[in-house]
Amino acid sequence: MLEFTFLFVIVVAGTGGELCVSRAMKVIGEVHDFRPTALVCFVFRAMRVGWMWVGISMMTLAFFSLLAMLSIENVSFVVPVTALSYAAGAVGAMLFLHERISMQRWVGVLIVCVGVALVWLSRR
Amino acid sequence: MKDSPGLHLKTYIFIFFMVLFAPLGNVLLSKGMKGVGSAKNWAPGEILHVLGSIMTSGYIWLGIGCLLTFFVAYMLVLTWADYSYVQPASSFSYAVVAMLGYFLLGEAVPPLRWMGIFVICVGVFIVGHTHPRTTEKL
Repeated sequence: MLEFTFLFVIVVAGTGGELCVSRAMKVIGEVHDFRPTALVCFVFRAMRVGWMWVGISMMTLAFFSLLAMLSIENVSFVVPVTALSYAAGAVGAMLFLHERISMQRWVGVLIVCVGVALVWLSRR
Repeated sequence: MKDSPGLHLKTYIFIFFMVLFAPLGNVLLSKGMKGVGSAKNWAPGEILHVLGSIMTSGYIWLGIGCLLTFFVAYMLVLTWADYSYVQPASSFSYAVVAMLGYFLLGEAVPPLRWMGIFVICVGVFIVGHTHPRTTEKL
């Protein structure tokens, strides 16, 4: 049960964090200048967007949940099951970022879920 | 992605870094956390004790360093290579993490888990071969 809770936090908070960072990046716009000074300015601009801080907070929570799960389960189990974030990412991108998800991508996500189920069943 | 032998070599090298450093980082985090152990209860004192052990673990910091190296390699390769090319290639890291867990940490990896990892790699490969932009360009 504890493993399931940690996995839930890793997937939901990790994916939620990435979606928030993605939304922050869309607020900032596409980067065309890759010179070091321009990249530093870009980072400072990103830090002024509220979504960025929500995203970083959620990703930090996911990281500590990953550490907690690694303390009780094998890494060869933990990392593959976190691939479930592909499913959470597709659902989140559709609902939160209003992206269109193609049928091919849904098929890929479904196959990832089958793989995660197999890895979960292999748990000792 | 512009087609030239040098660019291909550079891309392969950076994807190799990604596929190596992300699993290595996770294996080091795992090694560190096995040393730290899990919190016995949710009391603030116990949580602080575990956090203190995490912050002073060399393996954890090495793991974070590897994950940062992965992240930098990932960001850099995306500046010239297509996301739809990089993401499927990086799916190999699921297999590499199981191999490193088996060889470096002596973890038992049952056949069902290998099969699951293979299926995940196939799924990620298909996800990565879809168009990276699904919304209208502003």
